[in-house]
Amino acid sequence: MSGILSLRAWGKVWSYRTTFALGLFNTVRTAVFAILIALVLGIIFGLMATSGKKILRAVSRVYVEVIQNTPILLQTCFLYYALAFSNHSIGIIMTGIIALGVYTGAYMAEVIRAGIEAIPKGQFEAAAAQGFNYIEKMYYIILPQSIKIILPPMVNQVVNLIKNTSCLYIIGGADLISLTYSFVTGENTGGAYAPAYLISGFLFFIICYPLSRTASAWEISLKQREARLND
Amino acid sequence: MTNVEASLSMLKNANILLYIGKGVLFTMIISVIAVLSGIIIGSVLALVRNYCTKGVVPRIFHTLSVIYIEVFRNTPLLLWIFICLVFCPCPSLFSRKLFGLTSVETKLLFKASVALILFTSSVVAEIIRGGLNGIAKGQFEAAHAQGFNIVQTFIYVILPQAYRSVMPTLVSQVTSTIKDSSYLANVAVIELMSRVKQILSSANRYNGTGNINVSDVFVLFGFAALIYFAINYTLSCIVRRMQKRRRKVKA
Repeated sequence: MSGILSLRAWGKVWSYRTTFALGLFNTVRTAVFAILIALVLGIIFGLMATSGKKILRAVSRVYVEVIQNTPILLQTCFLYYALAFSNHSIGIIMTGIIALGVYTGAYMAEVIRAGIEAIPKGQFEAAAAQGFNYIEKMYYIILPQSIKIILPPMVNQVVNLIKNTSCLYIIGGADLISLTYSFVTGENTGGAYAPAYLISGFLFFIICYPLSRTASAWEISLKQREARLND
Repeated sequence: MTNVEASLSMLKNANILLYIGKGVLFTMIISVIAVLSGIIIGSVLALVRNYCTKGVVPRIFHTLSVIYIEVFRNTPLLLWIFICLVFCPCPSLFSRKLFGLTSVETKLLFKASVALILFTSSVVAEIIRGGLNGIAKGQFEAAHAQGFNIVQTFIYVILPQAYRSVMPTLVSQVTSTIKDSSYLANVAVIELMSRVKQILSSANRYNGTGNINVSDVFVLFGFAALIYFAINYTLSCIVRRMQKRRRKVKA
């Protein structure tokens, strides 16, 4: 194992700690803005899919299928090179934010659609019978009930998004993985493979693990409550 | 000749099509191998995580499988590809020319595939665990009453039922793995994604205009997207059919 026990390698990583901090900062920054875009797109397309209007449903279906069935790497490359070769380059981080936001948005839309469709039809009809308009119906009746179903898978998508920030590497990214890789292969800094990968993996783990842990705990408690209600 | 026509003419080039076609083949083979090995490793992990809970030695194995699953699920695939490139030993079988690749490329292919298998098996383990959790306790007791030992119980009674109930999720995991396999493009020019990117970087030689134009980006990546879409959409249609049939059986 090259350098896992070598003090010199660990010392090298420590003296370049700002590189890792910068990578982490870029990854978190990309993730946060991408989550915002994904949420907005997810809500819009999720509501479109459940609106009952044929055209809106078709548009949302096309968006979800096209995005979910092609790799994020391809989408990132497509966006980056299409902009670069038409002289509209917007920078690596910005490209990553948009590509990741659009990609995860498709998954969020599916999560929200499933959450709304899980609400019994009678709830919609009762709300309509009370004279609620669409926004009131969604805001007061449907969303408060479906949010519990929506949240756990949504958090899982956030975890996936954070892991997918590594797609920035292919366009020459500045995220944690890319900076780690250029650190271990760099001319002056190279060689400290094991410590650098350990640190970078650890940083990802301490962000993602609590999130996915919360999501699965949530899901289990939800299932138990459902089982109790059905008994 | 306009730029668009020039870009489209690349797709009529038999050599380029053959190059991309081989990439598609590699993508499919890598993904299928990753999912199949993922099912084997994942089943073991899932069984250990779910049922090795009594006694000191089983507890150690239980903890190990929990650590394995959680570590791989919460770190990016690309990190594991990089790690395997450095630390994964490569048997001599894979350090020579194979399947029309150079010896360096086969080595990279082997190491990156190991990373993909490790990563996929942690996801598959959680899927199978979902199936195991749904199996009634009576099944164990019934198998025990029939005189099955614990290994036989798992192989003949428990796992077949678990696989059946998670089949749709497993098939859709193939879709995810096909998409994940594009991460190999970061380290080697073997599968679809990397080959398309490779063609783009030398598109000026093939499209006849001497430049790389925006239309090349649209044509090449559009073509690759179409291929990915065709494969994955077919798979997701199969999943939907399975789920529909299942609902019918239930009802």
